[in-house]
Amino acid sequence: MTKMKKIIAICGLLFVFCSYSQAQRYFTREGEVKFFSEAPLENIKATNNKVLCIIDLEKGQVAVDMLIKSFEFPKKLMQEHFNENYMESDRYPKANYKGNFEVPKRLQNMEEGEYLIPVIGQITIHGVKQKLDAPVNFIVKEGKVFTNFEFVIKVEDHKIKIPNLVVDNIAEEILVSASFQLESYKN
Amino acid sequence: MRLLRLGGFLLLCLSSLNLRAQEDLLDILDQEQTTIDERVAYIWKGQRLVNGHTTKTRKAREFEFIIMHRFGEISTGIDDLFGLDYANIRFSFEYGITDRITLGIGRSSFEKTYDGFFKYNFLNQGVNSPVTLTWFSSMAVRTQDNPSFSENDFKSKTAYTHELLIARKLSDRISLLLVPAYVHRNRVLADQKNDLFALGFGGRAKINKRMAIISEYYWRLTQEESESYFDSFGIGLEIETGGHVFQLTFSNSRSMIEKGFITETTGDFFEGDIHFGFNLSRTF
Repeated sequence: MTKMKKIIAICGLLFVFCSYSQAQRYFTREGEVKFFSEAPLENIKATNNKVLCIIDLEKGQVAVDMLIKSFEFPKKLMQEHFNENYMESDRYPKANYKGNFEVPKRLQNMEEGEYLIPVIGQITIHGVKQKLDAPVNFIVKEGKVFTNFEFVIKVEDHKIKIPNLVVDNIAEEILVSASFQLESYKN
Repeated sequence: MRLLRLGGFLLLCLSSLNLRAQEDLLDILDQEQTTIDERVAYIWKGQRLVNGHTTKTRKAREFEFIIMHRFGEISTGIDDLFGLDYANIRFSFEYGITDRITLGIGRSSFEKTYDGFFKYNFLNQGVNSPVTLTWFSSMAVRTQDNPSFSENDFKSKTAYTHELLIARKLSDRISLLLVPAYVHRNRVLADQKNDLFALGFGGRAKINKRMAIISEYYWRLTQEESESYFDSFGIGLEIETGGHVFQLTFSNSRSMIEKGFITETTGDFFEGDIHFGFNLSRTF
């Protein structure tokens, strides 16, 4: 009888553990990623607000996934050139990021407050993977996780070619900013 | 007891399996990615293939200026520098009213013709449709008198064209075009028909990100009264540089509007009646 109780207890613990680890994941499908390119002739900005992001606060992992075609430009012709000439979005439809970070105990317990945590990982754009580390601001509020951060992408690092003809229109370094509002993920 | 233990073990296996399947966060996002881009974008670079239209329209508030040139026949030889001494020009202003509706007006030096057109892109290739469809209607008015006609009033100088432009992008490099077309001319010469049906075929094959081979053929379904007219054929190279689209063309047609090149092409491409030309488009 005691054995049976033990087994039930173990099963129960296992169950609790499983559901606990699931509850530690936070997710959004409406994340916003913006970029800004400042060049002598033209400033270019675009926004994608259909970015997927998931964070595992137990393991300290983060993943981001987005469709290149979901970037909206004020000028549709720019959007066309962005997709066709530079990002080749038919061939490389997605950009993504995978990173790791150390989770402070208080963040793991979802205690409200702000946490500035360095995230190390790899970003894939235009089919080319590059190391990308950035300090990310985590804010916990009302059971949700808010993150925002900025980083700089070098166009040539991702083998995106800019012809000499338009070199004055497109910057070599692009400022990217992202903000996510993540809610508890249940699958 | 043993059964229970086995059950517990199975549960353990299952849950660890479940955990392993969900190990990679990017895999989870792959499964969650539900946004699919329904519209197959960017079938064509420009609104023209060689002479004829493509399914492309300008986006809302985009303004396009096009200059088209057709020189004389290459077969005239060195005396006319292979036709470069003679040039027909058409320029046009084309404007996107909405993302789907474009209006344009143009002026051709050939027969001093003014034309206006309306284009409506009402279906796009994607999950719900295998093809992109655009309606095209135009009206052309010749302002130069033709001595062959006894009357030269406004009505006699007017012609209309209606087309259903059907396009399909086969791959990221190849796009095809099919164009059932109808041309009506109010007054015609003795060997011409007032109403003419034609079927246009077109294609674009990308060589690289910025260059493509373009070609089109308009097959006349209505038989004219004489043999002096030919189907319009054109082939060219398309180069895109930012806001400009540049097309170098070889065609047996002199006219650059539907009424002209579909019905009144008098050159035989394969006899060397080829006009070199270019289309230069700038979008603002």
